[in-house]
Amino acid sequence: MKLSYYPGCSLHGTALDYDHSVKEVCAALGIELVEIPDWNCCGASSAHMTNHEIGIRLPMRNLLLAAELGHDVLVPCAACFQRLKAAERSLREEPEYWDIQGYPENIHIVHISSLLSEDGVLDKIREKIKVRFEGLKLACYYGCLSLRHPKTTEVINYEQPRTLEAIVTSVGAQPVSWSHRTECCSGSLTMARPDIARTLVADIVEAAKRAGADGMVTDCPMCQANVESRQLDLGGEDYLPVFFGTELISAALSAQYPAKQKKLHLVDASVLDDVLRSAPQCREETV
Amino acid sequence: MSNTPISPQQGNKKFLLKLEERGVDVQACYQCGRCSAGCPITEFFDLTTMEVVRLAAYGMEEMLLDSKAIWLCAACETCATRCPNDIEIAVLMDVLRELALRKGVTPAEPRIPTFHQCFLGSIEHWGRAFEVGLIAGYKMRSGDFTGDMKLGMKMFSKGKLSLKPHPIKGKAEIKQIFSGKGKEYER
Repeated sequence: MKLSYYPGCSLHGTALDYDHSVKEVCAALGIELVEIPDWNCCGASSAHMTNHEIGIRLPMRNLLLAAELGHDVLVPCAACFQRLKAAERSLREEPEYWDIQGYPENIHIVHISSLLSEDGVLDKIREKIKVRFEGLKLACYYGCLSLRHPKTTEVINYEQPRTLEAIVTSVGAQPVSWSHRTECCSGSLTMARPDIARTLVADIVEAAKRAGADGMVTDCPMCQANVESRQLDLGGEDYLPVFFGTELISAALSAQYPAKQKKLHLVDASVLDDVLRSAPQCREETV
Repeated sequence: MSNTPISPQQGNKKFLLKLEERGVDVQACYQCGRCSAGCPITEFFDLTTMEVVRLAAYGMEEMLLDSKAIWLCAACETCATRCPNDIEIAVLMDVLRELALRKGVTPAEPRIPTFHQCFLGSIEHWGRAFEVGLIAGYKMRSGDFTGDMKLGMKMFSKGKLSLKPHPIKGKAEIKQIFSGKGKEYER
């Protein structure tokens, strides 16, 4: 399988490790990624919130670059995914308005968790992992932008998504049933109104703890940074680390959780280390 | 808040036309309140989401542009997703913010549009977001020098913040997008 790849600014900045784990996991699963040449920022929330023209034109430039490559487009960041989908919707609904004709019908924009939770891909993950994270309880946290608005994202199960749960289960961990899976963490306000972000993150983390989670899993780099960083403000000692889905798969594929990776978390993430040490090996014995 | 009485007779017709053009059917609201019920930020709002929709239906542009709610909205799109009448409430919020900025209305939550402008300034300049530059710009312009200092240092020490921007080759195309010449400015 060959896909165009749109990393987005977060994955070349604060979430550089997300970029690495996406590439590692795709390589291991036989998915070839071709980075869109000279891609630009999608504008994220700030563009569409303040200027419709810029909010559509920025992601649209990336779509037109991707159209030249011709493959479906893989997007790991939830915000980028939503913006590229919004530009696609605009382009399909009113091509005359944007003066762009002939944008191909057959290019799909794919969010990372939709790709990794496809049946065939899950089978491959289960087949290739070296350890299973038995007993690790994880709260799958989707946030907003990979799901809403469903008219834009074309997600069917936007209130009850299961893609992250499927991924967590495939590496042998246990997804908990909890209340705040699709609640907003207010990432777009976190710099200007950290007090609001603290309130929302406190609610989300409390809900995950109530459900007995040892950690959280997400596919949104803004949620990952916001939920970890605002927990620090809340104090206490009982922090929940937020892992990327691909970070878990990568650790399961290699049976290793490098100290360098662990240190990138803003809160203590050794729970994955602990479980890895006691995890049942699942490859060598069977081969 | 303005002293304009809340009444459809006082409503701004041009504003209503603009909403129609963007496909926001505010008249379809029957005030069920699902939008406000699902809003994660509602406790911080001065107007509830449903009040924003109702005031929009009355054409009360001025009151809306003066509100905190339009800036505190995080664009999570829960309201629009759950609206039984398919009202594009998230688009309504976008339209209101854009109007407020274009008309030079003093924002009730000034730090939030300042952040957006710093973020967009970074993209306009480099083609991609340059985090350290936009944080520094935001600190200067908002006057919030001390907030999140510890967090910033921690992220920097973990190598999460790059000191170098990543400019793209097609900067001229990005400049064009930001030129203010697009069709959107005509409607």
